Amino acid sequence: MIDDTITAIATAPGEAGISIIRMSGPSCVDILDNIFKPKKGSSIKAFSERKLVYGHIVDKEDDRILDEVLAVYMKAPYTYTKEDIVEINCHGGIVPTRNILEIVLKNGVRMAEPGEFTKRAFLNGRIDLAQAEAVMDLISAKTDKGFDVALNQLEGGLSKKVKEVRSSIVETLSHIHVSIDYTEEDIEEITYPELISRTREIEEKIESMLKTSETGKIIREGLNTVIIGKPNVGKSSLMNALLRESRAIVTDIPGTTRDVIEEQLSVKGIPLKIVDTAGIRETEDVVEKIGVERSKEFFNKADLIILVLDSSDEITKEDREIINHIKDRKALVLLNKTDLIKRIDEDELERVLPSKRIIKVSILEEEGLSEIEDEIVKMVYGGEVKADNNSFVTNLRHKNSLQKALNSIREGTAAARQYLPFDLLEVDIKDCYDALGEITGDTVDDDIIQKIFANFCLGK
Amino acid sequence: MTERFEAGTYDVIVIGAGHAGCEAALAAARMGQRTLILSINLDSIAMMPCNPSIGGTGKGHLVKEVDALGGEMGLNIDKAFIQSRMLNTAKGPAVHSLRAQADKNLYHIEMKKTLENEPNLDVKQGEVVEIIAKDNVVKGIALRAGSIYYSKAVILATGTYLGGKIFIGQSSFQSGPNGLAPSLELSDSLKKLGIKLTRFKTGTPARIDMKTLDFDQMEEQPGDEVIVPFSFMNDELYREQISCWLTYTNGETHRIINENLNRSAMYSGQIEGTGPRYCPSIEDKIVRFADKNRHQLFIEPEGLNTKEMYVQGMSTSLPEDVQIAFLSTIPGLQRVKIMRPAYAIEYDCIDPTELNLSLEFKGIENLFSAGQFNGSSGYEEAAAQGLMAGINSVLKIQGEEPFILDRSQGYIGVLIDDLVTKGTNEPYRMMTSRAEYRLVLRQDNADLRLTEKGYKIGLVKEDRYRKYIDRKSQIDIEMERLKTTSVKPNEINDFLEKNGSSQIKSSISLYDLLKRPELDYHMLKEIDTTRAQDIKRDVASQCNVQIKYEGYITKQLKQIDQFKKLESKKLYQDIEYSKIEGLRIEARQKLDEIKPLSVGQASRISGVSPADISVLLVFLEQQRRKRGEENE
Repeated sequence: MIDDTITAIATAPGEAGISIIRMSGPSCVDILDNIFKPKKGSSIKAFSERKLVYGHIVDKEDDRILDEVLAVYMKAPYTYTKEDIVEINCHGGIVPTRNILEIVLKNGVRMAEPGEFTKRAFLNGRIDLAQAEAVMDLISAKTDKGFDVALNQLEGGLSKKVKEVRSSIVETLSHIHVSIDYTEEDIEEITYPELISRTREIEEKIESMLKTSETGKIIREGLNTVIIGKPNVGKSSLMNALLRESRAIVTDIPGTTRDVIEEQLSVKGIPLKIVDTAGIRETEDVVEKIGVERSKEFFNKADLIILVLDSSDEITKEDREIINHIKDRKALVLLNKTDLIKRIDEDELERVLPSKRIIKVSILEEEGLSEIEDEIVKMVYGGEVKADNNSFVTNLRHKNSLQKALNSIREGTAAARQYLPFDLLEVDIKDCYDALGEITGDTVDDDIIQKIFANFCLGK
Repeated sequence: MTERFEAGTYDVIVIGAGHAGCEAALAAARMGQRTLILSINLDSIAMMPCNPSIGGTGKGHLVKEVDALGGEMGLNIDKAFIQSRMLNTAKGPAVHSLRAQADKNLYHIEMKKTLENEPNLDVKQGEVVEIIAKDNVVKGIALRAGSIYYSKAVILATGTYLGGKIFIGQSSFQSGPNGLAPSLELSDSLKKLGIKLTRFKTGTPARIDMKTLDFDQMEEQPGDEVIVPFSFMNDELYREQISCWLTYTNGETHRIINENLNRSAMYSGQIEGTGPRYCPSIEDKIVRFADKNRHQLFIEPEGLNTKEMYVQGMSTSLPEDVQIAFLSTIPGLQRVKIMRPAYAIEYDCIDPTELNLSLEFKGIENLFSAGQFNGSSGYEEAAAQGLMAGINSVLKIQGEEPFILDRSQGYIGVLIDDLVTKGTNEPYRMMTSRAEYRLVLRQDNADLRLTEKGYKIGLVKEDRYRKYIDRKSQIDIEMERLKTTSVKPNEINDFLEKNGSSQIKSSISLYDLLKRPELDYHMLKEIDTTRAQDIKRDVASQCNVQIKYEGYITKQLKQIDQFKKLESKKLYQDIEYSKIEGLRIEARQKLDEIKPLSVGQASRISGVSPADISVLLVFLEQQRRKRGEENE
C-alpha cells in the first residue's frame, strides 16, 4: 500500500537561514539522483548513507541550477518512517524552498498529507498510536515542560501505563471466565470482595492517569491566570515583574481592550496565560465598564487567581467584595508593599480566607517573587504528580478514552457491590479494557484512526 | 487391487455417521437433496464414545442453536436423556447451561431411527478409501469394496477414525474409537489432494461395574425437579431421573499415579498428538497441580439397561493394573471392577484454517468438512459444524450464498470463526468465555435469534416455524402488558416491604418493578392481577431475563455495533497481501493463507497486529477513493 513517495517542507515556514525538504518512500533515492548533482562523484548512488553531501539541485529540462544544497539519505528501515528517507538542506526563504519542492513534485513525488510522515511511522510499526500523537504535541509544545511530556509519551510512557492496567484487567477477566466456564470443577472462585478490590485498584490507576490530564492540559495550553485587586495595588507591576523573570515572553494578544491585557509567560516550565484586569467593581464609567465586563469573563474561566492586596492599607469594602468572589476558587493571595508600614489586619484575612496561601511581597523591591513562582508550580502539580513522573495525559482523545474506561470500571464495581452476576459485570470490565485499548491502538477502531491523522500538522 | 464399479449418484455424500455426520446428512436431505450417509459400522451411528452427556457450559448453547436451526441433536437428547440439569444457575442468565445425561444406547437407536425414516436419505455401511476429485472439484467417493458413488458435494465427518490409534498404558494398536475398526486408507487419499493432516489426541476414562460400587460413600447428584427441554419443539418433559455420584481422589491415589508415570503412554512419549488442556488426564492433573490434595470425580450411568458407569474426570493412558490400583483408593470404589479400561486415542485431523467460513475446503471445491476431524472436540461442537456443513453444501450446489453466522449471532458463529480464522493447536472445545457477546447469545433465546434464518434457508419446517412465531408473539404481548400495567403504592407497598424492596410513592409499571434485583417475575404473581393463568414457563422466564438485564443487554448491543463496523468492511478475495508494503511479513503470510472475508475477521488472525489492521483500513480507504475517482 505504501508504495508511493511523499514530501513536505520539514522546517517552519517563513524566512530562515536553512530550509529542509524531506522525502519518504521507495523512490526517494532515485528522485534525488535525478535532481541532484554532487560536487564530487557522478551519482547519488555512490553516497554512503547518513552522510551529508554537498552539491546542486538542477532542473534537468534546462540544466538550470536551482540552489546549492546539502543532501543526505537514510536507508530503511532505520529511519523515522521505517522507509528510505531523503533530506535536502537548502537556503532558507520562500523562493528556493518552493522551487525545490516543485521540482521534487514534478518528479512524481506526492505532497504529504497532514501528519503523513508520522502516520507512516505508525503504520510501519515504528511507533504506537499514543506515540504518534505525542509527535504532534512535540511539534506544538509551547514550553520546556510540554516538550518533556510529549517526549515521554513518544517514548511510550503513557502506553506503558495503559498496558499495565490492561494486563491487570485481563487477569481479572480470566478469574471471571474460569468461574463461568468451570462451574463443576473443584476450583476456588473469585469472591465479590476480591473482585471489588481488583476493580477498585483498576479504578484508582485510571483515576491517577486522569488526574495528570488536567496538568497535561495546562502544560499544553497554558494555565489561565488572572491577577485581580483594586486599583494601584501593584497588579501591573506584578505582571511586568513576572514577565521580566520569565524567559519566554510572548506577544500581547491583539483585540484585548486597554483594560485587559493578556500575556503568555513560562514559570519554571509551566506556561501561564496571564491577564491583568481592570479590577472587579461596579462602575458608572461606560468605557471602563466594558473592561470590567471582560474582566469578569476572564475571572470566571480562570484556572488560577492571584489576588493582590495592599498591606500598607486596611482591608476595604472593595477588597472584601473581591475576597468573597475568590473564596471557593484556586487562588493565591499576595500582600504587596511590605516595604511600607503595615496596616492590614492579617488575622482577619486568615479568617476570611482560611485555606489560601498568603505570600508577603514587595514587587517594587523584587522581594518574594520566587516564592510566587514556587507556589504556582506547587499548585499546578497539586502535590499529586511527582516532578519526575512525566506520563501526563495531554491529549483530549486520551482523556476521553480514560474517562470512558473509568466510567465502565466504576459501573463494574457498582454492579459487583450489588452482587450482580459475573457474566453481566464482565461487560463493564470488557468495555473498560477496550476503551483503554483505544489509547494505544490495541482496540482497532476505524473512526479513531481516521480522526487522528486528520489532526496531524503537515510534515512530520 | 479391488475392481471398482459405479454404484450410484447423489447430491450430497456424508462420510461418517457420528454427531457431525448425522446433522450434516439430515440437513442436506431435509433441504431436498438426495443424500447418502456412510459409516464404517451402522451400529455406531451417533455413538457417544466418551462422556454419557450432552450439553454443559457453552456446549448446551450449541445444542439449543442446532435445534433452533432445525437440527436433530436437541430432539434426540430429549428422547434419550435420563437426567437433566441446568448448570450455573447461581450465575447470570447468559451462562445458564443445560446438560443432560443420556442413555447412550437409546441415543444411538433414536438417531438411527431418525436417519432411516428420513426421505431423501440413504444409510449405508462401508469404509470410504478415496475422495474422487477432478481439477480441484470433488466428484465422489470410493468404498473399500470397490463401489464408487458420484455426488455434487462430499462432507467429511470422520471423527477420530482416520488413522486411529489407541493407547492403553504401553500397549498400542490401530483402532477407531471404542474398539471399532479404524479408517486407514482415506488419509492417503486426502494427502494426495493436497490436504495437510496433523495428529490430535484425546482420551476417555474407564467404565466401571455398578455392582462393585458403594454409593453410600459418595455424594448424590440428582437431576433438576423442573426439566427444561433441549428442543424448542418440546414444551414440557416429565421423566424419572437417575442420579450421578460425586467422590474424590486422595493422597494415596496420587502416590500410585506418581509412581507409575513412566508407564503412561503420555509421559513415556509414545503419543505424539496434542491433547486438550481443558480436559487433562488424571496423571496430567496430578503432575501439573501437585499442590492440590484431591481431585473430584463424577460417577455417571451409561444408560438404563447397563451396569456400566462412566468415571468422569479420570481419563488416563496408564495401564489397566495401575488404573485398578488407583481407582481402588477412592471412597466408594474400593471394590471396583473395570469393564472397559481408559484409553487415549490419536487420530488424523486437518488444520481448520484450510477451510472457508462455510466449512468448504479452500483448495477443493464442494468438499466440506465437519466435526472432530476439523480439530474440535465434543459431540455438540461436532453437531454444530455438521449442521452448517450440511446447509452450506446444499447452498453451494444450488449456487446460493453460504450461510455464515458471525460471532454476535451465535455460539456456532464463534466456534467456526475461531476454528477457521485462528486454527487450533489442541482439540477445540466450546466455552461460554469464548463468546464475547454472551449476554445476547443466551441458550433461552436461541430460537428468537436463529429460527427465522433456518426457515429462510429451508431447513426449519412449518411446524417449528409456527411454534416459534407463536412463542415470539406471546413474549411480545406479555412484555407489552408488563410495560403498560402499572400498580399503585397502596396496592403493592405491603408486598414490597415483605420482600425487602423499598416502597413506592407513585404508580410504577410492572416492567420497572421487575428491574429491581430483589424481585422477579415469579414473585410478582402475588400482585399481578391481570396475568394470564396459563402463561408458559419459558415465556415468563424470557420476559424476566429481557427486562431484568435490559441495561446490560443494551451495553452489549453497543459492543456488537462496534464489532459489526469492522465486520462489515469486506476484504476482496483477490487482494494480494504480499504486496501491501506496510504490513509486517508475518501478517502478509497469514492474511494470504486465511483470506479473511472482512477486516473484523482479519483482526482475529493470530500474527496480525492492530497496527496491521490500521494498514488494511488505510489500504481499503485508498482503494475506495481510487474506485471513486474512476467512477467520476
